[in-house]
Amino acid sequence: MTSTSTSVAPGRSQPLDDDAAISIRGLVKRYGERPAVDGLDLDIRRGEIFALLGPNGAGKTTTVEICEGHRDRDGGEVRVLGVDPAVGGRAWKAGIGIVLQSGAGDSALSCLELLGAQAAYYADPRDPAEVLELVGLGDKAGARGRTLSGGQRRRLDVALGIVGRPAMLFLDEPTTGFDPEARRRFWELIRSLRDLGTTILLTTHYLDEAEALADRVGVITRGRLVEVAVPAELGGRGRAPAVVRWSEDGRRRSADTATPTAFVLDLAARLGGEVPELSVARPTLEDVYLTMIAEPAAEEVPA
Amino acid sequence: MSALQQHPALPSLGSVYRTRAGVEVKEFFRQRESVVFTVFFPVVLLLGLGAVLDYDIGYGVTFPQYFMAGVVTAGVVGSSLQNMAIHIAGERSDGTLKGLAGTPMPPSAYFVGKIVQVLAVTVVTVGVLLAVGVLVYGIDLPSGTQWLTFTWVVLLGAAACTLVGIAVSSLARSGRSASAMITPLALMLEFISGVFIQFSQVPTWLQTVASLFPVKWMAQGLRSVFLPAELAAEEPAGTWELGRVALVLGLWCVLGLVLCVRTFRWVDRADR
Repeated sequence: MTSTSTSVAPGRSQPLDDDAAISIRGLVKRYGERPAVDGLDLDIRRGEIFALLGPNGAGKTTTVEICEGHRDRDGGEVRVLGVDPAVGGRAWKAGIGIVLQSGAGDSALSCLELLGAQAAYYADPRDPAEVLELVGLGDKAGARGRTLSGGQRRRLDVALGIVGRPAMLFLDEPTTGFDPEARRRFWELIRSLRDLGTTILLTTHYLDEAEALADRVGVITRGRLVEVAVPAELGGRGRAPAVVRWSEDGRRRSADTATPTAFVLDLAARLGGEVPELSVARPTLEDVYLTMIAEPAAEEVPA
Repeated sequence: MSALQQHPALPSLGSVYRTRAGVEVKEFFRQRESVVFTVFFPVVLLLGLGAVLDYDIGYGVTFPQYFMAGVVTAGVVGSSLQNMAIHIAGERSDGTLKGLAGTPMPPSAYFVGKIVQVLAVTVVTVGVLLAVGVLVYGIDLPSGTQWLTFTWVVLLGAAACTLVGIAVSSLARSGRSASAMITPLALMLEFISGVFIQFSQVPTWLQTVASLFPVKWMAQGLRSVFLPAELAAEEPAGTWELGRVALVLGLWCVLGLVLCVRTFRWVDRADR
């Protein structure tokens, strides 16, 4: 694949960006001999929703956990809100919010009590009752943590992550286990947090979620960031030919074209009106993503 | 640091400590399993063994009177050692600890909360045991300065067992596996430490093993307040050895603290 413009050249070392919410240069983390993160560079701007994509084991979670201060690194520089997470103290932690994948779900405290306790650790927390409303658990204020359904528990996790009014929010696969309607409502919540000025780093396996939410997406494979782009441009998607499909003489036909409008007009003229089973498609985010993460294997296949 | 704006002050340590203490006390007393397991287990033990073994020990001492020291020891061990090992292991494996580590909560607040919880649970458990002992078996309560001995033995024993419990929690993968590991261990220690039977009836070599651990010393210290001075002759040294009780429990506090500092983890091992 000959991706141009936006791909990240490895090894090029720019200074850390002090104005960025997150700035990473040459990050390295090894588990034994195996490098999980292998020279990763990344800048996340203040106020954006950034989605980090990548297959399991690509170094996504390791990178995020180093940014959260949960994990040590073996090399490189990291700044989150201008501070190295490895030495971030209470004041720094007050600026970040973490929504965990596991989440504390076995509590005998009510949702409101859990949020009230969490709020008591922060300097300038949001009102716990308002946060419950915000995540759609307003009617569950008195319900104990352990009585919640999976989706409700996930929303409680989000409430715990945002009650401290963080400037930087980490969301690890936030909508796993949500039904489609709950996901839509959750996306609205995340957008409203961005509108309040929160920077959000999102990891997800759902490409439609990345497409719907993210201002920019980054793809990690084998411990490196291979590309950063707005969702519509990832993997040269914006310039990729459209695929036109139709039915002619009882056979399914398809054609790649850079000018689908002209192509369909020609087709309509040739077939005299309505084109049977017509569709025009661009490669989806999933199509380009799957191509990107499969790249080294694809090179071995003769074209 | 150019990007740092003026931050409002973080809440004081005292207020975070109060919050954690409230959380820990509510979490314990609202969980029926933990209340039954910790508070009522020694009560059932007292009622059950007291009913079966209702014989005279000598010097007019009934078995329930002798047994009070043991059952209070079991209550303290349950409130501290087992409680800490099982619940902290559970909080580590379900992500509660990881979640707390990502907040500006000062780490000391977590331990302050646990200490308050252990104290509350210990007071309730020991209180219920003494009340049942008096009401059901008419046991003689300690008197005068014996209360002082009772208090320091219980507090020092609870401190040692709490620290060891926190350290042991790091060995288990989950609350469930911690329970499977620590419960038989605690029962075994209690058995060879003269909690369920007269210590003088425990084989000598097992007495020697038991004297390496804090449970035996806690039970011995408590026997000194529940039994007449004449029965001190039945102890291995022929006296209550209160000085050695304090020394061994104190050493276990130091050892437990060192182990805690070296082994405590906020994140699950499987989580790397």
